[in-house]
Amino acid sequence: MLTFKVLKEFLVEKVIYLSGVISVILVVLIFVFLIKEGFSVFEAVNLKDFLLGRRWYPISDPPQLGILPLILGSLCVTFGASLICVPLGVASAVYIAEVASPRIREILKSGVEILAAIPSVVFGFIGMTTLVPWAKNALDLPTGLTGFSGSIMLAFMAMPTIVSVAEDALTAVPYKYKEAALALGATRWQAIHRVIVRAASSGIVAAVMLGMGRVIGETMAVMMVTGNAARIPQSLLQPMRTLTATIAAEMGETVQGSDHYHALFAIGIVLFAITFVINLIADFAIHRRFK
Amino acid sequence: MKTKTLIFLCLSLTASLFPSCEKAGTQTPGPASLHHSIQIKGSDTMVNLGQAWVEGYMQEHPQAFVAVTGGGSGTGIAALLSGTCDIAETSRTMKSKELKQAAEKGVKPVEFVVAMDGLAVVVNPKNPLDRLTVNELADIFTGKIRNWKEVGGHDLPIVLLSREVNSGTHVYFKEHVLRQGDEKRPEEFDEGALLMPSSQAVADEIAQNPNAIGYYGVGYSNPTQKALAVAQDKNSPYYLPTLENIMDGKYYISRPLLMYTNGQPQGTVKDFIDFVLSKEGQEIVRQVDFVPVPQR
Repeated sequence: MLTFKVLKEFLVEKVIYLSGVISVILVVLIFVFLIKEGFSVFEAVNLKDFLLGRRWYPISDPPQLGILPLILGSLCVTFGASLICVPLGVASAVYIAEVASPRIREILKSGVEILAAIPSVVFGFIGMTTLVPWAKNALDLPTGLTGFSGSIMLAFMAMPTIVSVAEDALTAVPYKYKEAALALGATRWQAIHRVIVRAASSGIVAAVMLGMGRVIGETMAVMMVTGNAARIPQSLLQPMRTLTATIAAEMGETVQGSDHYHALFAIGIVLFAITFVINLIADFAIHRRFK
Repeated sequence: MKTKTLIFLCLSLTASLFPSCEKAGTQTPGPASLHHSIQIKGSDTMVNLGQAWVEGYMQEHPQAFVAVTGGGSGTGIAALLSGTCDIAETSRTMKSKELKQAAEKGVKPVEFVVAMDGLAVVVNPKNPLDRLTVNELADIFTGKIRNWKEVGGHDLPIVLLSREVNSGTHVYFKEHVLRQGDEKRPEEFDEGALLMPSSQAVADEIAQNPNAIGYYGVGYSNPTQKALAVAQDKNSPYYLPTLENIMDGKYYISRPLLMYTNGQPQGTVKDFIDFVLSKEGQEIVRQVDFVPVPQR
């Protein structure tokens, strides 16, 4: 008995199903496209020389396509950013979730959300005009365009993600945990750091991983403040070049189908793999919460 | 939501997809009809010059529409080969690799010399140095010389500023200073050289950093940076990158600025290039601080 209502029900169900499946399909399609365009670079250079090669001179004849300096550049700025934004972010989340009075909580949450809304190119621009000259003068460096400047700007960009997700994880801890701890004689701080934070730990790890995922994929801000020197960095206070900045800066010039073009897509595959692994870890950490 | 609204939304979404299927500004071969919009892409060094030409041209031909964008000489050539621009403006000649790719794609590039440019090598005004030979420049930019005291300056590390690989300025400097004219030589910029996104970024960093040395087209010269006099070797005279020295061919690092079209230009594109090469067009070159083509 096919009434109109049954048909509508069926259609709505299928439409919602499609919308959910579309995002998975899109990711798969993007991945397939990356592989299709990037894989042919391995005719010009083998995988080991590509990933571990130390010289990136893509327009030379023959092109030198070693992306180790770029991978290390990305990892360095991410590591530097995490040194700043992980302690700050988690501490802010703990403060907002557990200690702040309701009014201050509202103000802080809105502040963090506004920080998330600032476009990354604005961070890059501000960093370039204020942080870079300051870093050069205060730290007596040859130039202020370093991974250090990049890390600071990236820390500001990752913080809202970390604070929001960690704060969600902390407020999701059942109230009875806190009650039980306080009832057993714990001080507020003991209840927070021994019970609540531990209970929310997988959520906090997920927050940190998501923040790091954001940082590794950041392009505009790093391109403007890290100096873009494709050299293996020996310290954070040196200019370096990230995978993302390389793609952004060089994609415009390559002729479609050239080795350089394929190499840039291969860099995209590497980036995709790194963020995929980071998100997998974050996912795994979130699901552990419901054990 | 009512079913009628849903159907209307779906139809309008599908309808909005159709206009995006047009390609804008492509030139089709055939009868030379003046189609009124042309796209110029390429050199960041030339983008202001290109814009000045466009303004001059559109004053005389108000119905024409010419758009100029930068992105680097490499980007312009790539666009010409892919068919997404009508004119590529470049600050270097097409490489043999690019010419081969053009032949593969059925593109026949035609070259026009539209102006001359000098590459000024600049340092911060606080740097005591005021002259260098081409060999010293090559050694500095390949990383052989790392401290200013090796060339007569203070005991400070040299910070190298270069441009990104898609910049014609980068390629020209590499070929004519680092490799001294022979494109087959292996010299590269030192891997610690900072690849700046534009000539303006080079100028800004030099203005605030006494250790830095960089290069850009003379059109970007500014009192906050100091241009060095360059000599071919220790025994030759040193010349500053002035208009006269470039026009006379005395300044070593000078280069032609070019425009490339796919095949002989027709219609509006031909009209535009004729304007650029005319007396008026060359006067505009002078106004934008470049050097007019020496008249034969």
